Amino acid sequence: MTQHLPVLQVVIPLVLAPLCVLVRHPRAAWALAALGSLCAFGIALDIVSTVLASGPLSYDVGDWAPPWGIEYRIDAVNAWILVIVSLVSTAVVFFARASVEREVEASRVALFYAAYLLCLSGLLGIAATGDVFNVFVFLEISSLSAYALIALGQDRRALAAAFRYLIMGSVGATFIVIGIGLMYATTGTLNMADLADRLPGVWHVRTIKVAYGFLAVGCFLKLALFPLHLWLPNAYTFAPSAVTAFMAATATKVAVYMLLRFFFTIFGAAFSFDVMNLDMVLMPLAVAAIFSMSFVAILQTNVKRLLAYSSVAQIGYMILGISFASVTGLTAAVLHLFNHALMKGALFMALGCVAYRIGSVHIDAMAGLGKRMPATMAAFVVGGLSLVGVPLTVGFVSKWYLILAALERGWWPLAVIVLITSVMALAYVWRVIEAAYFREFPGDRETREAPAALLVPTWALVVLNVYFGIDATRTVGVAERAAEILMGAAP
Amino acid sequence: MTPAAMLVLALLVPVVGTVFVLLLRSRPNAREAASLVSATLLFLIVCGIYRTVSSGAPGGEAVVLAEPIPGITLSLAAEPLGVVFALVASFLWIVTTLYAIGYMRGHGERNQTRFYVFFAYAIASAIGVAFAGNLFTLFVFYEVLSLTTFPLVAHAGSEAAKRAGRIYLGVLFSTSIVFQLLAIAWTYSVAGTLDFRPGGILEGRWTNTAAVPLLLALFVFGIGKAAVMPFHRWLPAAMVAPTPVSALLHAVAVVKAGVFAVLKITVYVFGLDFVRATNASVWLMWAAAATILLASFVALRKDNLKARLAYSTVGQLSYIVLGAMLANSWGIVGGGMHIVMHAFGKITLFFCAGAIMVAAHKTKVSQLNGLGRAMPVTFFAFVLGALCIAGLPPAGGSWSKWFLGLGALEADQAGLLVVLMLSSLMSLAYLMEVPLKGFFGAASTAQPPTQVREAPVCSLVAIVATAVACVALFVYPEPVYRLMAAVVGQ
Repeated sequence: MTQHLPVLQVVIPLVLAPLCVLVRHPRAAWALAALGSLCAFGIALDIVSTVLASGPLSYDVGDWAPPWGIEYRIDAVNAWILVIVSLVSTAVVFFARASVEREVEASRVALFYAAYLLCLSGLLGIAATGDVFNVFVFLEISSLSAYALIALGQDRRALAAAFRYLIMGSVGATFIVIGIGLMYATTGTLNMADLADRLPGVWHVRTIKVAYGFLAVGCFLKLALFPLHLWLPNAYTFAPSAVTAFMAATATKVAVYMLLRFFFTIFGAAFSFDVMNLDMVLMPLAVAAIFSMSFVAILQTNVKRLLAYSSVAQIGYMILGISFASVTGLTAAVLHLFNHALMKGALFMALGCVAYRIGSVHIDAMAGLGKRMPATMAAFVVGGLSLVGVPLTVGFVSKWYLILAALERGWWPLAVIVLITSVMALAYVWRVIEAAYFREFPGDRETREAPAALLVPTWALVVLNVYFGIDATRTVGVAERAAEILMGAAP
Repeated sequence: MTPAAMLVLALLVPVVGTVFVLLLRSRPNAREAASLVSATLLFLIVCGIYRTVSSGAPGGEAVVLAEPIPGITLSLAAEPLGVVFALVASFLWIVTTLYAIGYMRGHGERNQTRFYVFFAYAIASAIGVAFAGNLFTLFVFYEVLSLTTFPLVAHAGSEAAKRAGRIYLGVLFSTSIVFQLLAIAWTYSVAGTLDFRPGGILEGRWTNTAAVPLLLALFVFGIGKAAVMPFHRWLPAAMVAPTPVSALLHAVAVVKAGVFAVLKITVYVFGLDFVRATNASVWLMWAAAATILLASFVALRKDNLKARLAYSTVGQLSYIVLGAMLANSWGIVGGGMHIVMHAFGKITLFFCAGAIMVAAHKTKVSQLNGLGRAMPVTFFAFVLGALCIAGLPPAGGSWSKWFLGLGALEADQAGLLVVLMLSSLMSLAYLMEVPLKGFFGAASTAQPPTQVREAPVCSLVAIVATAVACVALFVYPEPVYRLMAAVVGQ
């Protein structure tokens, strides 16, 4: 049984999804989704402890030996991603029960959870598989279900947002499959480990460089790297609250993982940085993303959209970490994958609580909420401080490593940029805090604290924000291990 | 009790005290008693720490509270400089609480419970700064101090208070994140540690020492609480807060946390010899000197009494920064002593300003004509406080200026001595105007000063206590001197 865990992780949500459609009953569908998330989370924890204790796991799907069959190969890097995705999914699914009932039509709730499970399964699949074509398959599963989830938003503009995401996402997925096809045409294999063996022999072939370009742009689109982020703000703004929390904390993270896998494991750091000069592409884009999106975020009046722009900026931090091409830089990037999932998950869920009670997340509508919804706003404040990077929150830990990585390379202007944009983050978080705590509540509405069903999952993530900020030994340990694997310094 | 336990307790007492303050919120007398009790307890604990440190017994290992990042701990440790700061902050907390009882009630302020709670948090953070065992811990408590004082600054909740609060947090956070955190990360990447060690951690770790002045500057300007120009704007802005806040936090705890950090970093991160050898601080001395003079000029032109005192504080803080930048024993001793002397002098002045505001509802210097005859105790205390700031006998400020002067001469910077003298004269000019107007000015006809009486008894007791302390520190400065001498290893 235990040797099947890598595939069960993906298969359980995949099988539960059609069951949701069959049972139709909203609560039952929710129970299935919760079951799927919990199973995935439990398995992910088990896998990560196995991988850390005894090295990478390999699983041959259908007992077909790699490189002919599909291999699931899990090392510290993707074990980490599996934990992130399933952890967030579990927190969000408990949050979703009340939130989705409020925001999605009752007749569609079962379909919502079916799509949710499919999306979860797709994201886990991308992370778990060791086969590049399988990556594409799961990418399509997760993307198509994500479009559906976003389109379920209350606002009619959710449809347009989902459509735009569909167009840009499909372009990205197509680029990725073209890249995979070109690699296959040149090397004749789709297995990642096999590709990594064969590619150094064909570095000089132009097809491979073109494949690299297609994969790069495809990944950039999916992870919303500036200036290919245009789909993201609307999608996050108009999606149901639970979907925004889930997508913000997982979808872009998995796309970053894809980029890491393609460029570090398959092509190798040497090819990426010495031959293709990937850092020269990533760094300017990352800096542009961090600066411009932090600035745009300051100007927003819809808090969900504000956080969406902030997400694009935060993705910039991860890409910046990758562009340092060092173990410290990658540690910062991999750490931030996890840390950003925690903070944005918490923040979007806090906004979900607000939307549940007052039906709006406009900054003016949130005036005076500090007194009306103290627990919700306190969660927002802690999440916001973590986003800024205040010490003793997870945000500080990843910023610290990012700055160290910049100084290690002697690129101190980048360290300064990271710090200045932290202040910009403070500015946009502060606007919300000031509205909530220093403005009067428009008194005519009866507003109470959000129900415990929403607050408990939100605070679970908030507590993790602080816990892993006070004791980051474990997270840093895993991130360092992952970074060493990616840089080729460890098996 | 072990020294380690005392350190943790010193941090906990104010925090636990707030629980009682909150529980007793509906009974103001009991609530204030809770504040007074925790203030007294804290002072006693700090005295205990003082005894262990001054007896020369090894302070023991640092107490590690947490290890957020492998190799970087949140830890507490006691050393003489920190004890000086903690003693001042905790003693003045007692006095200020006493004063605040009279002031807050006399002034009819709202949200008094919130006021006392955040006040205690601010003191706890100041204690954390004082006993920080490494740069990271110092940074953490420094930021917590900014956060916990924000509700006190914006206490009134008016548009002006909010705007001031924004400037306050904006300047303090921007400087600390952009400059100070960068300097800390830089220090870590050079030295591989963030611990405070006698003699510093940076010496011998540089291949090219040309960057050392830049690092020191990042620290000095990054510690915005030291209010070296041009990052001083937050301090006058903070004056919208109730007077006890201005008195304890913006004359003692917050600003002293800043200059204390500058002293501590100069001594225990850079090391005096290293600073002198690399000439890292020469231009910073003059930046501090410029702040001293400019702030004094501005203070001369301010009519609002609290604003005048705020600019006076900006100038006086740079005395301490200057002492650190002189990077010799006299400079450090003088700077450290000035933390104490200025604290007692300036808190007396703020107490008087608050008393005048509560009793006579006057906030401007030009309105004070003749008031001194109605409030003789207050105005006489003001004279003593002013003498302490100007550095004249019989007030404690004489000693710190004396040592700073010696330090300037030892550093071969006679020009700085002139600056010190000039600034003393200017501070006499802008401070003495108040009692002169009060005692000798012609009373205004609109409101006969005879209707004005002294401030509430609680407040008056506090004023007298700090004014007497100003004189006592002139007669008996030895404990402070000894602690500071221990810092520079004499």
